[in-house]
Amino acid sequence: MRRVFDKQLEELEQTMIAMGSMIEEAIDKACQALLDDNTELARSVMEKDVAVDQKEREIEGMCLRLLLKQQPIANDLRKVSSALKMITDMERVGDQAADISEIVTMQSGMNAVLSKQLMQRMAQETAKMVHSAIDAYVADDVDLAREVMATDDVVDDLFTQIKQELIQHLSRDASLGQQALDLLMIAKYYERIGDHAVNIGEWVEFSVTGMYKGEELQ
Amino acid sequence: MDKLKIDHLDLYYEQFHALKDVNLTIQRNAIAAFIGPSGCGKSTLLKTLNRMNDLIPGCKITGEVKLDGENILAPDTDVNLLRKRVGMVFQKPNPFPMSIYDNICYGPRTHGVRGRARLDELVETSLRNAAIWEELKDRLNKSAMSLSGGQQQRLCIARALAVQPEVLLMDEPTSALDPISTAKIEELAMTLKEKYTIVMVTHNMQQALRISDQTSFFLLGEIVETGETERLFSKPRDKRTEEYITGRFG
Amino acid sequence: MRRYIQNFRRYPGSGLLHLICTVSMGLVAGTFLLLVGYILITGVPELKWSLFSLEYNSDNVSLFPALVNTLLMTGLSLLIAAPLGIGGAIYLAEYANRGSKLVKAVRLTAETLSGIPSILYGLFGMMFFVTSLKWSYSLLAGGMTLAIMILPLILRTTEEALLSIPDSYREGSFGLGAGRLRTVMKIVLPPAGSGILAGIILAIGRVVGETAALIYTAGTVGNLPDSLMSSGRTLAVHMYVLSGEGLHVKEASATAVVLLVIVAGMNALSAAVAKKLTKG
Repeated sequence: MRRVFDKQLEELEQTMIAMGSMIEEAIDKACQALLDDNTELARSVMEKDVAVDQKEREIEGMCLRLLLKQQPIANDLRKVSSALKMITDMERVGDQAADISEIVTMQSGMNAVLSKQLMQRMAQETAKMVHSAIDAYVADDVDLAREVMATDDVVDDLFTQIKQELIQHLSRDASLGQQALDLLMIAKYYERIGDHAVNIGEWVEFSVTGMYKGEELQ
Repeated sequence: MDKLKIDHLDLYYEQFHALKDVNLTIQRNAIAAFIGPSGCGKSTLLKTLNRMNDLIPGCKITGEVKLDGENILAPDTDVNLLRKRVGMVFQKPNPFPMSIYDNICYGPRTHGVRGRARLDELVETSLRNAAIWEELKDRLNKSAMSLSGGQQQRLCIARALAVQPEVLLMDEPTSALDPISTAKIEELAMTLKEKYTIVMVTHNMQQALRISDQTSFFLLGEIVETGETERLFSKPRDKRTEEYITGRFG
Repeated sequence: MRRYIQNFRRYPGSGLLHLICTVSMGLVAGTFLLLVGYILITGVPELKWSLFSLEYNSDNVSLFPALVNTLLMTGLSLLIAAPLGIGGAIYLAEYANRGSKLVKAVRLTAETLSGIPSILYGLFGMMFFVTSLKWSYSLLAGGMTLAIMILPLILRTTEEALLSIPDSYREGSFGLGAGRLRTVMKIVLPPAGSGILAGIILAIGRVVGETAALIYTAGTVGNLPDSLMSSGRTLAVHMYVLSGEGLHVKEASATAVVLLVIVAGMNALSAAVAKKLTKG
């Protein structure tokens, strides 16, 4: 029954996964560009953001067509409407990866003040959050979605650590102000990416349980 | 306030157990929808509410159906009076082969209403309530068979309203109609619930979702799940309900 | 015609069928025309006013008494059979349990009876009404016999007419709180009227055309009856007797014309009544 509809839903999920891996890659590459001081790589991340935006349009179109033609009900309706909400956050994640890359292209020699490890961990954690959130969406896995939301604390923690470290650097050498502020912004972008991943997780939870942030949506 | 209360109702056609331990309350001034696959017993339950099942030989009912607290299945119930209180609109429009005016008057005349002035008034109010007065007022003496399907169905609603019922049973009232007529009937049902209690069987899930306040899902003679319509269609509690409403049943 | 030939070339099967149907129609219409034409051509010139005189005797074999007897016989048999047949049919279609054994038994009996040759009714009428009840040859005995003969016909056609009324009308009526009687009288009977009348027309046809069942029950007396207990011949019997004697073939032909006119007239009358009933 409803084989066509089920196939279309699967297609939607596959496209969501594709968009997810695009933004994961953007997060990773932006971090790589920062660490290696690779402006070339940073530029390519910025250019690829256009493709992420296109993917968002594509998924939007798929969802609207599904709503119009299949008139989904109950969990089907939640699946499709959650996707519509999720892609907004996913698109913002892509933007933020591009923003990070932009800072990398404008500045160089930030490595001097950076604790590589912390920044790399932030990138890894946030990329994992995005990945898990979309996995949770496809697998209807609430526990995984909740795990994503919990990971946000780790990311916030890392952000605080980076902030502390930068303050220490500044107190030793005030001439590093420009670089420190840029790095702080980059760290803030990663922290924001974590927040978006939490939003995505919340929509996954709604998709599976019908509860959004612990409330009925009416 | 409960208008109808169905208590441990079992119904048999000869050996066939058509309704199994049905329990349901239907609110006053609300629309209750019955959904479910064909042959699941929803029409059978509907016909029990005004005892149209009495006409079927070999039909045996146990349990209670209370209309305003009074058991209508009791043997001393005046069935004709019950059917005046609980009117019915059928799946296929079934106007009588007579004039529009006589169609409306048939019910009132049956229950002893006489006098041209009173009947005229009843015809007008019934047709107005069924939102078809403007279309028909100049052709009341024309045969009802000359109307379109959608008009015939609204005429049948008007005919049912003319005996001033309290409950209106509708058995898939729009399944034979085009989308515009369907929309008109749905609109009508939603205004009629201010005065009447409506129980509707429908195969159209979207229709149940659009107009009903409460929905019951039937399967194999049982009510699987009853609930506030929005809740049932957004978060069905039973797996079978979910499979049915999302079209993955069977 | 060209299109017809084209069609025939393209679809020989359907063309052939078309041809067969056209030919059959032509034969049927031809037979009718031939029959009516023959009756009129042989009969009309023989029509004389003397044939309509009140008295029948061997010099003037007047058909007028037979005409009166025909009308009486039709009225009498219908008066008995129509209420019984229609009433019984209403019971079978509206009150009895549809598909019950009783209904099936009655239906089977009625079907069997309507297939029986009329001479058997005649013999039964002679033994029962004429002999046992000692009514002798009389219009009453003949009328009763014919009533029994047309009863199954009226019963079956009326039942068919009632069953052809959609159940949705009945449901609609019951759904408004109307009882069984009101539903039958106001909702079911009016639209079934034309069907019932069609059955009655058929019955009239059988009465008017009957000879075998009447010879042994109503007798062959050619004069006007004094009462229902007198013997009398209908037009059909009149014709039969005249032809059998072989002396008055011309008068028999004239009688055929009158019989034809009467049947046509009765049909027209019934049709008019049916039209009025269904419209009202």
